[in-house]
Amino acid sequence: MGDEASERGEESMRLPDIETGSSADVVTVHGNGAVPRRLMEMGLVPGVRIRVVKSAPFGDPIEIRLRGYSLALRKTEAEAVEVAV
Amino acid sequence: MPDTAPHIPLIALAGNPNAGKTTLFNALTGLSQKVANYPGVTVERKEGGWTVGSQRSRLIDLPGLYSLDATSIDEHIASDVLRGEVAGSPRPDAVIAVVDATNLERNLYLVTQLFEYNIPVVVALTMIDVFEKQRHEIDIDKLSASLGVPVVTVNAAANRGLSELSDAVATAISFQQIPGLSVESEAENGRIFARYNFISNAVQESVIHNDQAAHGLSEKIDRVLTHKFFGLLILIAILLLVFQTIFTWASLPMDLLEQGFGALGGAVKTALPEGVLADLLVDGVIAGVGGILIFLPQILLLFLFISILEDTGYMARAAFLMDKLMSRVGLHGKAFLPLMSSFACAIPGIMATRTIENQRDRFATIMIAPFMSCSARLPVYTLMIAAFFAGQTVFGFISLGAVLMLAMYALGIVVALVVAFILKRTVLKSPPPPFIMELPPYRMPNIRTVFQNMLTRAWLFVKRAGTVILAISIILWALMYFPQQAGNSEALTRPDAEKAETMNVTESEHIRNSYAGQLGHAIEPVIQPLGFDWKIGVALIASFAAREVLVSTLSIIYNVGKDETEESPTLISAIREAKNERGEPVWTPLTALTLMVFFVLAIQCMSTVAVVRRETNSWAWTLFMVGYMTALAYFAAFVTYQGGRLLGFS
Repeated sequence: MGDEASERGEESMRLPDIETGSSADVVTVHGNGAVPRRLMEMGLVPGVRIRVVKSAPFGDPIEIRLRGYSLALRKTEAEAVEVAV
Repeated sequence: MPDTAPHIPLIALAGNPNAGKTTLFNALTGLSQKVANYPGVTVERKEGGWTVGSQRSRLIDLPGLYSLDATSIDEHIASDVLRGEVAGSPRPDAVIAVVDATNLERNLYLVTQLFEYNIPVVVALTMIDVFEKQRHEIDIDKLSASLGVPVVTVNAAANRGLSELSDAVATAISFQQIPGLSVESEAENGRIFARYNFISNAVQESVIHNDQAAHGLSEKIDRVLTHKFFGLLILIAILLLVFQTIFTWASLPMDLLEQGFGALGGAVKTALPEGVLADLLVDGVIAGVGGILIFLPQILLLFLFISILEDTGYMARAAFLMDKLMSRVGLHGKAFLPLMSSFACAIPGIMATRTIENQRDRFATIMIAPFMSCSARLPVYTLMIAAFFAGQTVFGFISLGAVLMLAMYALGIVVALVVAFILKRTVLKSPPPPFIMELPPYRMPNIRTVFQNMLTRAWLFVKRAGTVILAISIILWALMYFPQQAGNSEALTRPDAEKAETMNVTESEHIRNSYAGQLGHAIEPVIQPLGFDWKIGVALIASFAAREVLVSTLSIIYNVGKDETEESPTLISAIREAKNERGEPVWTPLTALTLMVFFVLAIQCMSTVAVVRRETNSWAWTLFMVGYMTALAYFAAFVTYQGGRLLGFS
């Protein structure tokens, strides 16, 4: 899988790698099928800024903030989201 | 419909979950709502009357949606409704898009998809008061111009903007204002990206955000409510409080209902001549339907609390907190609440699974919900413990009864989790459900929405009591009543003092010879390995109607009169002293334990069966549930009894 951000020489990582409290920009959502599509429909499209608010008591799911609202998702799903800090 | 009939406009109401759609629908339609299911599925279809301009119209409430891509069943139905492809529902003349001003961009995504249906669209902007309190500014005219559709601000709770909305919809229909956006892109992802680009531009032109204010309060509340440690404690405390309140508040109205049905039965008995009709009405209809309807206060209260928890936004947090644990057995975080509710009663619990979008996850939750020990099992546990384990302790200070009670609850939970684990890997095999869920901002609950929600659910329950449960009550009554013998009427002519006792004797004699008694004898070989005799068999058959019926049936069989309750000493001593033909005691502590285990796992509740049929819309799933739960209950009871005997218990 070619990481578009790394090709541009930026530091690229996946959404679960972002530390709690930090912000990042969405680079792309990888994969096809219902889950990546739902993530995009919920507003995780390239260029949007997100902030990781917290993780749930057992470490999963995580809560992120984007477009003025809060979204909870599991780390396995968040793995599809490539971000750049 | 003949062509001459006046055309009644059909208007669809669409919007994201949490956008204030239900509140708006309730405000527009008031009490003229009709709730049903879409044909063939369990998606709720709500319709009501509404005046558009000066014309009567029908308003149809679509399920809450984030998109119209038909990945979930709700989206599929909504898309079909908008294209006029649902039986009995023409293509809508217009669609109102409910948009939450505080969450504008994501809410507008659905609106851009609505633009593609060639129907006039009117945007109803909600939560504008909250939005302005956060000191953001919005230019409605500019937003309307960049979207290309009329935008009306509404505040449904305060009845503001409703007539403006009505006028805007009337104008949109008469001028056929079809929105003009069409997103051209080969790839699905490209289309989503293009829609969001369009939205970003529209919002940029019309909204000035106040970056300081944003999302402060909810995040502060969540620092406590979804805290890694305190969050869980608070969740448990809230649930305990809810159940405690349900039990204490509901007990008075439940007693009143019980007395009311008793008085009604008595009145019918005196008003009607003695005979089959009076017996049918009193012992069959009133006792059967009344026995179920006394749970109505509990159901009303539970749904009151569920509605409040949902409307405030806490429910999503509960799912967020519990998802990790639930996903270990392959369930969704949203399954947590229905399962907790099932400890009060499986019926509202199963009805509450409607919040789970994926059908397989929802069915898996429905299939295990009845394992949670509901309040109807309590009389059975209490009777068994009082008769055979009273006054005994473990380690000298813990009451054995409490330990057993806890063990029964634990058994139900463990079996439920194991069954869910197996189901999700076999018949309901599907990848672990994705958990992509909005955590809506905390809000004060809207009283009208909360009550309407509660009453809708309660009405569904009452309707069922009047149909399915009525029918099964009559069948069970008939099985215990027929065939009639001459001896019965003889007893009625004796003097009063003798009469009472004789009637009880003849009543149990009568049960022995009734079809139910014959059935009890017929199943005796099957239940003998569990240590049960035919009398317990009769009680088991009767308790298929409802678990607590076991107590009253045993009372009838053991001649202790119908008014006995689970704690009455005579029933307790009767079952303690009951002997079989060989003079051995019928009941031993082991028999009692076996019966309790059976009651944890068996589905002896016709209301649950009826609600599962309704909610799954499938007899196959319903029968599967009845089959596997009965088999499991039998197996566990068998292991308990035979294992106990091998270990030297009796």
